[in-house]
Amino acid sequence: MAIEREQLLHVAHLARLELREEEIERLEAQLNDILAAVSKVSELDLADVPPTSHPHDVVNVWDQDEPRPCLSAEDALANAPEREGDFFKVPPGGAA
Amino acid sequence: MIDTLRLTAEEAKRLLEAREISGAELFAAYLGAIGERDQELHCYLHVCDDPGGEGIPIAVKDVIGTKGIPTTAGSKILEGYVPVYDSTVVERLKAHGLRILGKTNTDEFAMGSSTENSAFGPSHNPWDPSRVPGGSGGGSAAAVSGGLAPWALGSDTGGPIKQPSALCGNVGLRPTYGTVSRYGIVAFASSLDQVGPVAKTVRDCAYLYSLIAGRDECDTTTVELPQPVELPEEADLKGLRVGVPKELNEAEGIEPGVDAAVQAAIAKLEELGAEVGECSLSLSVEYGMPCYYLIAPAEASSNLARYDGVRYGYRADAAERLEMYERTRNEGFGDEPKRRIMVGTYALSAGYYDAYYGQAQKVRTVIKREHDALFETFDALVSPTSPTVAFPLGARTADPLAMYLCDLLTIPSCMAGLPGLNVPCGLSEGLPVGLQLIGPQFAENTLFRIGHALEQAIGFDPVPERLR
Repeated sequence: MAIEREQLLHVAHLARLELREEEIERLEAQLNDILAAVSKVSELDLADVPPTSHPHDVVNVWDQDEPRPCLSAEDALANAPEREGDFFKVPPGGAA
Repeated sequence: MIDTLRLTAEEAKRLLEAREISGAELFAAYLGAIGERDQELHCYLHVCDDPGGEGIPIAVKDVIGTKGIPTTAGSKILEGYVPVYDSTVVERLKAHGLRILGKTNTDEFAMGSSTENSAFGPSHNPWDPSRVPGGSGGGSAAAVSGGLAPWALGSDTGGPIKQPSALCGNVGLRPTYGTVSRYGIVAFASSLDQVGPVAKTVRDCAYLYSLIAGRDECDTTTVELPQPVELPEEADLKGLRVGVPKELNEAEGIEPGVDAAVQAAIAKLEELGAEVGECSLSLSVEYGMPCYYLIAPAEASSNLARYDGVRYGYRADAAERLEMYERTRNEGFGDEPKRRIMVGTYALSAGYYDAYYGQAQKVRTVIKREHDALFETFDALVSPTSPTVAFPLGARTADPLAMYLCDLLTIPSCMAGLPGLNVPCGLSEGLPVGLQLIGPQFAENTLFRIGHALEQAIGFDPVPERLR
């Protein structure tokens, strides 16, 4: 199945990517090539095969619920593009 | 005079312990080599001052977080980011006295096979600077082979430790999934990402692995090693059974010179006493690539959602929040991450999940079972690591699918979470050829043993001919 422009823009929005016009055209062709190649996985009939989400069998690793030292607010904010007091500052929300 | 092109970490350790050289002299020798050759090779994105001490210097791939040292993952979106904590692997290096020489170049977010996707420009192969060093960890591999570091840490998702090691003529280990902590590593595809050593010799590689492996309470996917790491010593391979998967050794696109060097090395395995037999991985080789290029982008699209211009990294100017997110991500990410975010988001989106991501996870089970079955008969498997020797810069950048084929031979075992070791086995057209040894989970010691015996028997000179 081929991706068309409208669907590509929908996926870009889901991924929060604003694409430039020339990128949209290039990506449309490349994504269709890539999807055609990866669609090969559908050739196999795997109805009875369980999925592997993770290559080894560690499950449910529990830890004691004990407080431990963590990053200070100052450290956590050290790389902030913009801050106000102990908060990360962002532009106001628009009509999304 | 310290010859950084030849000095192994093992020898450096001996010289330091015997006080024949000082820690300061050793560090300065590498800084000197970096000053001399890194302008040409561009292995490093950041070079450190000597932190002092008597430990061995090491280079670290720039996806690995280092406290107080910039960590960009080769991306403009992380330009200027300085971690406020060390990754667990770096903590362990420091606990053993190792000193960080610098951060090595990588394809952006480790997505690529040549370092040409780095936002800061490609690295060059020390054997021939007009060619790529492989990727994504090309900077680490080129630094080790160019004498700009005695050893290095790389990271691997679909082949980025083994493939650059093959192209640059050094030893690289992709460890068993879960043996090395990823805490503090820039995440790409979490069910695949692994950190591993790059070195000049198998013994150096094994030693470095022993320093970083083991359970970390900050990464719940990690486990303790069932057996301690053994530094290989034996020269013979009696009692070992090595399988030669037909599809990995006869895949379309394997260059004749690569094939010749690897087949000659396989003959050596037999001379050394190993029992060698043909076997098959037909489904893994046929479906490994499409499976990888669904799972890795799907996980990447989720992991890379964190780069939104809020807490760290690049932020684009915008009056409104949504506009800020979208513009930041468009300006901050390069082409390859965008492509993978798009493929991954699509593969995970409503209506397509079962057909793509869900199906790929089932294919992964098939790949794992096919490998598991072979390890009932064999202790290890062998094949070329890369179908080709290092290719010229720019040769594959126009076609993402052609670039993806670089990892054709390393991807199947990565999907199964298995360890793999690249060992240089000869030259083709004057450029290094590497073979990969693949083992069952936690079989690193077996791979080190085979790799070491082979290394001794072949006598490969890891110093690039033009620098000798």
